[in-house]
Formats: sequence, C-alpha cells, structure tokens
Amino acid sequence: MIHVENLVKTFGEVKAVDGVSFDVPASEIFAFLGPNGAGKTTTIQMLTTLQRPTSGTMRLDGLDPVTRQLEVRRCFGIVFQDPSLDSELTAYENMELHGVLYHVPRKVRHERIELLLKLFELWDRKDSFVKTFSGGMKRRLEIARGFLHTPKILFLDEPTLGLDPQSRNQLWTHVKHLNETEGVTVFLTTHYMDEAERVAHRIAIIDHGKIVSVGTAQELREKTGADSLEGAFLKLTGSTIRDERADSADQMRQMVRMWRR
Amino acid sequence: MTAIYILWLREVKRYLRSRPQIIASLAQPLLYLLVLGFGLGPVFQNAGQGSYLQFVGPGVVGMGILFTSIFSGIGLLWDRQFGFLKETLVAPVPRLQIMAGRTLGGATIAMIQGILVLTVCMIAGFRPHGVAAVPLALLFMALTAIVFAALGTVIGSSLRDMQGFQLIMNFLVMPIFFLSGALFPLTNLPAALTVATRLDPMAYGVDGLRGALIGLSQIGVATDLTVLVVVASAFLALGARAFSKIQI
Repeated sequence: MIHVENLVKTFGEVKAVDGVSFDVPASEIFAFLGPNGAGKTTTIQMLTTLQRPTSGTMRLDGLDPVTRQLEVRRCFGIVFQDPSLDSELTAYENMELHGVLYHVPRKVRHERIELLLKLFELWDRKDSFVKTFSGGMKRRLEIARGFLHTPKILFLDEPTLGLDPQSRNQLWTHVKHLNETEGVTVFLTTHYMDEAERVAHRIAIIDHGKIVSVGTAQELREKTGADSLEGAFLKLTGSTIRDERADSADQMRQMVRMWRR
Repeated sequence: MTAIYILWLREVKRYLRSRPQIIASLAQPLLYLLVLGFGLGPVFQNAGQGSYLQFVGPGVVGMGILFTSIFSGIGLLWDRQFGFLKETLVAPVPRLQIMAGRTLGGATIAMIQGILVLTVCMIAGFRPHGVAAVPLALLFMALTAIVFAALGTVIGSSLRDMQGFQLIMNFLVMPIFFLSGALFPLTNLPAALTVATRLDPMAYGVDGLRGALIGLSQIGVATDLTVLVVVASAFLALGARAFSKIQI
C-alpha cells in the first residue's frame, strides 16, 4: 500500500531524510519511532504531498504523490502533529466541510459523520464549537475526520501528544477497531514505546534521517538483546538529547498558547 | 465547485458569528464619519464644497470594505498558525478553488460590512441620490471588495508570521486609505500626490462609489469601473499564484 525507496530530503545543508526505504502492506499498522528531528514528520509530509522529495521514489496505492497529487490526496487521511480544526465551527461543521472537500456524497456523508462521531463519543457535542473542546476531544474529532472519506491509508503524526493515558488508551482502541473493520492501513509516528508496541504490527526505528531497524516489537527486542522496546530504542538511537531549532512557526505557537491562558 | 461553496460558507459563518468583531469594526468608520463629518463640516461648507457628510459618506463605506476585505485575506495567516490551512492544502481540491472560495468569502463579508456602514451613514444623515443609485453602488462595493480580498490573499500567502503585519498595516493599508480620496477631494493637489492617488486602486473604488451614490465623480465612473475590473483580475491572478506556492 505504501512503497518508499531511497527517499531523500535535504534542507540546505541538512539531510532531514537520508535514503529511507520501506514497504507497508495493506491493512497493516506501521509505526515510525524516533527521537526529535529524526525525520518522521518530513517523511509524512512528503508522502502526503506537502513537501517534494529531493530524490527517491514513493508510491501510495500505486500512485506517485509528486506527479498525481489530487488522486493521492483522495486515498489518504491525515492527523497532523498540530491541531488543524477550525475552532470557530462546530464539530459537525468541521466534519461536513471535510466531507465536501473530499467529495463524499451527501447521503453517505451524513451517515458516516453520525457513525464516526458516535464511535468517538462526540455525537452529544456535535453542535458545540470546537473552541469549547478539551485537547482529547479535539484529537478524537480530528481522527474521526481522518476516517470520514474512507481512506485507504491513515497517517497519524504523534496523535497522542499531550493526552492523558485514558484518552490515549481510548483513541488507540478506536483506531485498532477501524483498522480491523475497515481494513485501513495506518502509518503512525509516536514517542511512546508502549503505544507502538501495543498498536503497531511492525515498527521502524528512525534516527538522523535513516532507518536503523525494522521489525515487530518482539524482533527489535531480540535483535538488540534488550528486555523492553524502550531499551531497544535507546540501544539503537543512543541516549543523547536532540534539540530541534525553533522556527518562527514554533515561536508563534508558543505565543498563541500564552494568549489562550 | 462545491469546494468553493463550502469554503465561502465557512468565511461567512465565521463572520456572522463574531458579533463583537462586527461592532468593533464598525467603530472606526463611524468615528471618521461623526468626528470628521461634523467636525470638518463647517470648514468644508465655507470652502464652497457643500455638505462634508455627503462627501465623506461613500469614503467611510469604502473604508469599511477596504479594512474588512484586506484583513480577511490576511486571516490566512491565522489559519496557518492554528493549523486549519493544512487541512485544506491536503484536500483533493485544486489550490485555485481553495483560493477562490476563501477570497470570495472575504469579499462577501466585506460587502456585508460595507452595507452596514452605509446603513449607519444614512442614520447619521447621509442621503444617496435616489434608489437608482443603489445597484451601481453595490457593483462598486463588490469590485472594491474583490480587489482588496485578493490583495489580502497575496499578503497572507507571502507572510510567514504575524510580525510583518504591523508593517503591512502602516506602509500599505493606511496609505491606500489616505490616498484614496475617502476623506478629501482629489483636486488641486500637488503633482506628486496626484500621481500617488492615481496609482491607488482604492481611489477608483471611492470615486466610483461617490459617483454612484451622490453623483460626484472626479475620475469618471466608466474609468473607475474599467480600472477596478483590470486590477481585480490582476490581483486575483497574483493571489492564485501566491497561494499555489504556499509551503507548510
């Protein structure tokens, strides 16, 4: 379903993604695990047509995201690292807008919005403005929205960042459920080892733009001789702390957070 | 086409829901209308120019449209910061349609704002020349709204963060407003100022609006119309180009 070969992305001197190759078969849940700045988000952005690769080939459901943008966009759903809802609209309106943008026919759209909002326990709040939602509710709404147009692939970029354990647990239950019932392929990135271990069929550990190791959680543990996935992760990526340089967008986000308090 | 509609609807909904903002944005034109309208009225009258309230009315209507439309375009920056922009950029919809929906939405709310200001002007004593003036006035309001919503889109697509906003405000929006002839007649000005006013698309919007509403046009309504249509097309093309180049 996803095929990536020798993918490279450079920003000036920096190689954000450095020759990454992997394959994700249909209906698999595949996790990208890596420290900050390892190239996880950049890879997702290239796969989802938001960035052009410097070199390498990618196929999503057999289509090239570089040359067939619109067709590729129709076949995946994405939940970004940062929220991407319109907080001045209601939950239902956010879903409706998404459905229209993805050409979901009216009747199917309304049925599916109801189904998903009920599944993610947001149906009672469908007419509330998103600005009144908690972080966990917003996340759930975004994931529900990602499933709305029945995508073949769902990208989740650190979807549980900043959520409490209850919300995280519930969220993964729903994602697993939809993976099983609708057969959607899931590509996720996370910092939480326990999550990757619990949800993903296979895990790729990425560092400095390169894939260090791929396999099931079990295989990764055996390969490194570590007794936990976290141990395996630290063995493979070292224990130095990575600092990302804050760009203007990060600074702005911080300001926004300050104003909201 | 439904994509254009739903994004247009989003802009309009957001506007109609922000009542405090609507009232706040009425305050500035109102201040100009009342303070200048009544404050400068006697001087204007003594200079033999007739009623200043009549003169400045179309000017403040234009002002309401200018500010609302240009800010709606710059609203793109907020959508970028709050993340909603990404949702539209990964949708299977050509960028041109997304830009069109947003810009038309911005132009529509600017029109509504213009009509609100006009209503307030009429309550304050402004009188247009008959009902026949209305369709032409609405046309000029619409064109002005499109010109500046498109310009706002160009600006919003080019700025990376809110730091450039003050710069745009002081070096672009305010000069556009002051050079438009909204507040004073564009006759007998120093040559340099005349040139500057003729380069300001807003001058044609205000002049056309004034021509339609009170029958007083210094440039000529036909010229105003032509210039606005040309500038609107050019800005829309520029806006589409700038929007298509946005990177996350």
